Amino acid sequence: MKALFYPGCSMQKNARPYLDSLLAIRADIDLELQEIDDWNCCGATEYMSVHRVAAHSLIGRNLALAQQQASDSDVLTAGCSACYLNLAKTDAQMREDAHLNATVNEALAAGGLAYQPGSLKVRHLLDVVCHDIGYAAIKARVVKPLHGLKVAAYYGCQVARPDYDGRWDCHEHPTAMDQLLRALGAEPVEWSLKTQCCGGHMSVIGPEVAFGLIRRLIHGATQAGADLVATLCPMCQLNLDAYQVEMNKHFHSDYQMPVLYFTQLMGLAFGKNAGELGIGKEFVDAAPALAKIQAEAPKVAEAKRKRRPKPSDGLPPPRME
Amino acid sequence: MTSQQERVGVYVCHCGSNIAGVVDVESVVKFAAEELKDRGVVLARDYTFMCSVAGQELIEQDIREQGLTRVVVAACSPHLHEKTFRGACERAGLNPYLAEMASIREHVAWVHSGHAAATAKAKSIVSGTVERVLKNEALDAIKVPIDAATLVVGGGIAGLQAALEVAEAGYEVYLIEREASLGGHMAQFDKTFPTLDCAACILTPKMASAGSHPKIHLFTWSEVEKVEGFVGNYTVSVKKKPRYIDEDVCTGCGICVEKCPVLVVDDNFEAGIGYRKAIYWPFAQAVPNLPVLDPDTCTYFIGAKTKDKGGCKACEIFCPTVPNSILFGQKEERVTLKVGNIILATGWELFNARRIPQYGYGRLANVFSNLELERMCNAAGPTGGKIVLRDGQTAPKAVGIVHCVGSRDRNYNPYCSAICCMQSLKLAHLVKERSGAEVYNFYIDIRTPGKDYDEFYQRVIDEGVHFVRGKVADVSDVPLGPGEESGKLYIQVEDTLAGLQRRIPVDMVVLASGLEPRHDSAEVGKTFGISCSTNGWFIEKHAKLDPIATMTDGVFVAGCAQGPKDIPASVAQGAAAAARVLSYIRQGELALEPVRASVVEEQCSGCRLCNGLCPYNAISFVEERRVSEINAALCQGCGTCVAACPAGAIQGSGYSNEQLFAQIEGLLREVRHETEVV
Amino acid sequence: MSDSFEPVIIGFTCNWCSYRAADHAGMTRTQYPPNARLIRLMCSGRLDPTFVLKALADGADGVLIAGCHPGECHYLEQNYKALRRHRLLQRTLAQFGIEPERVRLAWASAAEGVKFAAEISEMVEEVRKLGPLNWPARPRPLATVPADIPVLSEVAA
Repeated sequence: MKALFYPGCSMQKNARPYLDSLLAIRADIDLELQEIDDWNCCGATEYMSVHRVAAHSLIGRNLALAQQQASDSDVLTAGCSACYLNLAKTDAQMREDAHLNATVNEALAAGGLAYQPGSLKVRHLLDVVCHDIGYAAIKARVVKPLHGLKVAAYYGCQVARPDYDGRWDCHEHPTAMDQLLRALGAEPVEWSLKTQCCGGHMSVIGPEVAFGLIRRLIHGATQAGADLVATLCPMCQLNLDAYQVEMNKHFHSDYQMPVLYFTQLMGLAFGKNAGELGIGKEFVDAAPALAKIQAEAPKVAEAKRKRRPKPSDGLPPPRME
Repeated sequence: MTSQQERVGVYVCHCGSNIAGVVDVESVVKFAAEELKDRGVVLARDYTFMCSVAGQELIEQDIREQGLTRVVVAACSPHLHEKTFRGACERAGLNPYLAEMASIREHVAWVHSGHAAATAKAKSIVSGTVERVLKNEALDAIKVPIDAATLVVGGGIAGLQAALEVAEAGYEVYLIEREASLGGHMAQFDKTFPTLDCAACILTPKMASAGSHPKIHLFTWSEVEKVEGFVGNYTVSVKKKPRYIDEDVCTGCGICVEKCPVLVVDDNFEAGIGYRKAIYWPFAQAVPNLPVLDPDTCTYFIGAKTKDKGGCKACEIFCPTVPNSILFGQKEERVTLKVGNIILATGWELFNARRIPQYGYGRLANVFSNLELERMCNAAGPTGGKIVLRDGQTAPKAVGIVHCVGSRDRNYNPYCSAICCMQSLKLAHLVKERSGAEVYNFYIDIRTPGKDYDEFYQRVIDEGVHFVRGKVADVSDVPLGPGEESGKLYIQVEDTLAGLQRRIPVDMVVLASGLEPRHDSAEVGKTFGISCSTNGWFIEKHAKLDPIATMTDGVFVAGCAQGPKDIPASVAQGAAAAARVLSYIRQGELALEPVRASVVEEQCSGCRLCNGLCPYNAISFVEERRVSEINAALCQGCGTCVAACPAGAIQGSGYSNEQLFAQIEGLLREVRHETEVV
Repeated sequence: MSDSFEPVIIGFTCNWCSYRAADHAGMTRTQYPPNARLIRLMCSGRLDPTFVLKALADGADGVLIAGCHPGECHYLEQNYKALRRHRLLQRTLAQFGIEPERVRLAWASAAEGVKFAAEISEMVEEVRKLGPLNWPARPRPLATVPADIPVLSEVAA
């Protein structure tokens, strides 16, 4: 499929492995990306609170350019959660608020641009990969399944909420990436913190707050038995990976939880080499975790001959059904 | 008969100042008397309260003395006093269906404030009603006999109460229960609030008397499939699911259950925290006292399906009765019942807390539902009444009870489930009493509006249970920092009284899941011809004045099927439904509104367009005469076929084309005159 | 159109939901403009499209058809027939050159007096903007209407 692509600033620099791995796998999943020409900053998370109209106009310019350049696809995708949320928010709020729509378009008109809200479908990259390309197509491309790798799927706070267009199965506990990991042969672990905050820019503004949040996530993934965390957002990756080292210093702890992008894991499963996928650039070395990948699927512990539960077994286990 | 020959009396009610305060009543009377004179109005009067005895006598007197042939009362809504004024006409010898009401209170005086505009509108409505009443026909109420047998659907506390009341009065009752035993949800509970008496102790005697009552015919493990007919004369088709037990032979000795080697999780009675066999008793005090075999888990049935025939048949081998009580070949049966009235007491289902994943139910081992905790508290339950964690042994040191799970939440159900506050208080008391744990209640509001309920709340506060006002954000098994202990569940909540965020570590979380309508309530409603509210509860006839009957005559609701309610309210509604049924039975026959459709055969072309429109299958095609025919007994009078007939061959009594066209003209009287002038 | 134009609306309501919604508006004293005059039917399914044509031909500027919410019909599903007839009417009226907004379909439960009042208020404003309906056939004054009702085809013509 074809989609308009808004890379955003992170992917150019610190999240380069995200972009590299995406570019490496796009042919495998038949995803044709058309980068928006002359895109600008999305305003990140703060600008919206500083000046609402200016922030929307800044984002509106990207939408207007995308609309102008769109040829045979109305899907606009972004890999960064903040970029995605900003683009989706401006589109949704312009749709609902006629006054905002008029104001933003007035600003855009000064640059000879216009945006018709609703004309583009703003989607996060994971959403496109899971729901358009689909698990079956992805599974069919897997040549080196990630057998034996236990992964904590981490979505962060900005992707599944507020979910303007109803793209996700659940806002608090989404499962799209878990299903994707399963398609790649990995084992997603069940954990509580899928959509909890990574600390965002607090790692710069108030590191102690961020360290607490980072520690909770890393501890949660460790406690759930994960070998690594898979993420879909440059900010999350930066905080959990780069600041993990700082966090360990702060708490005198020794967590070693690698954090990779889901696209990197897809690349590995598709048989790409690690370098091509930007693996090795992470602060917490992923190599020991990736060494756990086995050639064969771990034997599902042969369903023990049904024996009757004894009182010492406790109550029947909880079930998600 | 042309309108000129009719003698119409118009009565305009002041309703104290309710109407007269806004509408110029005298002007309306003058309008009727003068302007509508040529339409047959021979007298127009106003009176302070038309519905009073004196007001009614006024009408009666005029009918007798002035020879009125039609009556129009401009007053409140016909839903309030149509019967009153029809009664007055009838007493004076005028057919009651020759009277009509014009609603100038609800539709004018109470909703408009401009005197002139309100008075003008009142005149239009009176004019429309006069034109309509001229086209009214004398009708006779439809009399139908009432079959004295009653169908009660649902053997929970509401249904049991209803069944016992009707049976005690000496009439036959068919009691249908979907599960294998009577008892419903109440049988699962340990104690009942606020008195803390044992649920089983007060419920089982009722179950036993229903089970042995000579007038109550019990159909457990059965469901109603089809309902045909109308009030007084329903034909009900009941499906009896196979128990694989010969009910006549089985003595209930229990050897089969003891010998069965299959143990499965009991999601039904034990709410998922206990086990049962493949052949099992629904629970210890089940009525009837018969086991039931679950073919989905029975080794024999699974074997028979996969054709290796390695079935164990232990139950059959050990069954001591002659002939053997185990019937692997038992099939579904269908029974047809004739009843006059139906009481629906189909109950509720528990909100599935998995729908709120941030609370961890189904994922975190020590997050339980309130129903699971009820079973845990029950001395006959899986833990013998001990409050323990999932390991079956450890007693919790701290327990958090989260209120309003799935209730009062626009993401799930907007309504209050009514019972969970009191249930949570009861569980808090029981947990504290039995385990000594610290108990925290997280609530939005505490709602204890019942006799002795708030006193119970105070008692639980005095016992040292903690209350935190705030909606729980999430329940997590991950500590926030190294200062937090591992292995705990952390409840994150905004304490709105203290104005701060709290994280409270506990060992066990209990979710006060709300009540939901049965998953198939819409289908069941359709079977019985009643509708559900947007939330899925059965709709009663009137929210305040008739919370027992439904819009379908002869179908009554009781218990939680109509909306969340506690045990005393369910019992009261069950008894009330029985009283309504008994009143019908004692009348012997019922008078129904004569609003019915009928086919004028000479005009019917036999196109059959109407045949598919009737939801009651009242219209059939008569092959010999090539015309459609309407069964007056089945017709409910909606008039859809009347509107659809391209030949105008279907007459709708009470709402005929003639009446409605006349009313349109009357309502537009002054507009028509204006246009004429232009 | 001048602002002083007061449209006349005929409202067809069903006995179980929308007429009771109007009652409920009364009980809760919910004010709405006095331009609508209601006719009670047992069900919105009773609505013969010719009633609407008759009302418009006789001087109404708009017609409101109000029934129970979909799925809540007292007669199970007859309000869906009203829905279909409403669609049909709008198409037919458009061919006559009559604005489809003059015939409005609304759902209101017996407890939705506020909603019912809001529907009427909105409709009155909408029709006020459209102006009076200049139905081509000038209605005959009442006095000249024959005592027997004209056959449906004549009314519709």
